[in-house]
Amino acid sequence: MVYLDHAATTPMLPAAVDAMTSQFQRVGNASSLHAAGRAARRVVEESRETLAQALGARPSEVVFTAGGTEADNLAVKGLYWARRAEDPRRRRVVVSRVEHHAVLDVVTWLVEHEGAEVSWLEVDAHGRVAPETLRAALTDGPGGSQDVALVTVMWANNEVGTVQPVAELAAVAQAYGVPMHSDAVQAIGQLPVDFAASGLDAMTVTGHKFGGPLGVGALLLGRSLAVTPLLHGGGQEREVRSGTLDTPGIAGFAAAAEVAVKSQPERAEHLAMLRDDLVQRVKVVVPDVLLNGDPDLSPARRLPGNAHFSFPGCEGDSLLLLLDARGIECSTGSACSAGVARPSHVLLATGADEERARGSLRFSFGHTSRPADVDAVVEALPAAVERARRAGLTSARQG
Amino acid sequence: MRVLAAMSGGVDSAVAAARAVDAGHDVTGVHLALAPDPKSFRTGARGCCTLEDARDAGRAADVIGIPFYVWDLAERFRTDVVEDFVAEYAAGRTPNPCLRCNERIKFAAVLDRALALGFDAVCTGHYARLVDGPAWRELRRAVDQGKDQSYVLGVLDGRQLAHALFPLGDTLKADVRAEATCRGLAVAAKPDSHDVCFIPDGDTAGFLARRLGSAPGEVVDADGAVVGAHDGAYGFTVGQRRGLRLSQPAPDGRPRYVLGVEPVRRQVTVGPAEALDVREVVAVRPRWTGHPLAGPRRCLAQVRAHGEAVPATASPAGEGVHVDLDVPLRGVATGQAVVLYEGDRVIGSATVSATVSVTVSASR
Repeated sequence: MVYLDHAATTPMLPAAVDAMTSQFQRVGNASSLHAAGRAARRVVEESRETLAQALGARPSEVVFTAGGTEADNLAVKGLYWARRAEDPRRRRVVVSRVEHHAVLDVVTWLVEHEGAEVSWLEVDAHGRVAPETLRAALTDGPGGSQDVALVTVMWANNEVGTVQPVAELAAVAQAYGVPMHSDAVQAIGQLPVDFAASGLDAMTVTGHKFGGPLGVGALLLGRSLAVTPLLHGGGQEREVRSGTLDTPGIAGFAAAAEVAVKSQPERAEHLAMLRDDLVQRVKVVVPDVLLNGDPDLSPARRLPGNAHFSFPGCEGDSLLLLLDARGIECSTGSACSAGVARPSHVLLATGADEERARGSLRFSFGHTSRPADVDAVVEALPAAVERARRAGLTSARQG
Repeated sequence: MRVLAAMSGGVDSAVAAARAVDAGHDVTGVHLALAPDPKSFRTGARGCCTLEDARDAGRAADVIGIPFYVWDLAERFRTDVVEDFVAEYAAGRTPNPCLRCNERIKFAAVLDRALALGFDAVCTGHYARLVDGPAWRELRRAVDQGKDQSYVLGVLDGRQLAHALFPLGDTLKADVRAEATCRGLAVAAKPDSHDVCFIPDGDTAGFLARRLGSAPGEVVDADGAVVGAHDGAYGFTVGQRRGLRLSQPAPDGRPRYVLGVEPVRRQVTVGPAEALDVREVVAVRPRWTGHPLAGPRRCLAQVRAHGEAVPATASPAGEGVHVDLDVPLRGVATGQAVVLYEGDRVIGSATVSATVSVTVSASR
């Protein structure tokens, strides 16, 4: 099996499996006062310190959640509600066009149900937001930046791998006194990420993208910032996120973060080597292939594990089916409802036409990827493209 | 063979896919997303095109152990089936959308894409049998006469049938359900789908009214006397009795039925039941499973999905076919398909363009 969908989820690191396995054999609610509770609490707090250390945050800034989507929801809704409560003029959310649905759909929901307004930050042909674009959004409106609840721009794009100039954007937001959130789930383990140095006010991370378990993540949240909780209950996590803490999950999450961050430089080099090889060889075997995202493959510009192509005349769906049949697992990288592929909003935002968006395919490398994976893709791809093109022609003819 | 199994999320297509696997084929499941805006949960008892159906189909594929994908054919379905359905009613005809879906979607758009991708056949849960005859593959009625779907497949030509697989044709529906239970398929008890899948509430007249708007006109009797009014001729089908809202009772007090629909003049003609009895059918756009009709041929003619097949003689007539019925058929509307059988074998089909009734010399 050739697994090239690490951006969806990546195998767990042995350190994470070990950390979780030992916790699964113990009892204890981290909120309990007795010895078992104290033992669990110690594991949670040590994990919090480990995670904070790995990501350049203070332990008190870590709010554990059940994953990236929850952390994004907490950041965007929580900041919107809290900021609006402080000043009713703050109804505007400034957001890039290329966010993950865990941010996009939250913003849309706030517009539809909570009276929010949205300022979309346009991106360039590579999917990048320019700091001037953000500055314009914070100054051009009638209310200047006074009506802005928050800014949210992801660290690196899950589909095309484009890295945003997060620190520059955060500096702009800070200059206008507006809090900024960033979804950094794709960046951890592939890029150097330092929460304090970034200047961000809130940042989403999740375990399963870098070798931790599924279902556990965190929102890193500056201490000075108030957010309205989504989950009310026992008052865990500074009363921002109630719910019994998932001790084994948190232990595995922190163990994975420690390893992933420590080995990030070598891993990034390894991933980039495989990815560059794939990009080069795919261009040879499918000469009319288009590379989406930033053509500058340096890690400051693009996630080292990301390759995202469009194959003219093909449906990404068809290619996925054909490659799957050959044991190659990749992704069309587009949003799904009932498994129906829609043209990627990310590609459309970069100015790609619908055909290019529909014919796209993402290969994402991770810590278990090997050179043989690239060989397998390069070998299977030409025949798959030819077939998919024929199938694409039948739909075009009748469509 | 590499087989693409179309999986609706219902019990029949799931068992059909499982049987294709048992037969040794390399099977891949696809669910066809046909609704433009799939709703999360089923409304009413019908099962088609909802997210829940897609999930049921995917769950069945997992149990069977085959790859599964969703193909988005909503746009093709809209133009080739839904718009066609509306246009046919607007023209005063009575279409069969299931037949059109088989003709244009399942065994055209899907089949062509499947063949291009390297598949050899499309497998469905239709109740019909395919038998390799001496010269070509023959379409025959299902063993389960009550479930037989050869009528809605009668429109398929030889090439389409050559790439079709109907694993349920030799089995009774009850046995298919039992088999689904044995195979651990959770859809075993799911109710059958009925009616027109894109009109979930079953209110065809309401659906057409929303699409076509109000087009009031007169209801007349066979002599042309005005006996009522209507909001749109498209809401009426030949043979219909209910909802006529006639202002004048028939002189003889007997119930009256729609005899004809004339959309240009917005006129609906009504009359007694016996005026519905049709003796001759003229049909266009014939499709033959084997050789085209060369001369008059004795056969059985069927004009609706679960209607009776009556002895008839079919003859070529220009581009179309002329069918003389030995026994009159009641309520034959233009737009319906007439499917011709020899015994339980389909020989061809065509679209009804005119009928000759027993009592009236000629009607539309």
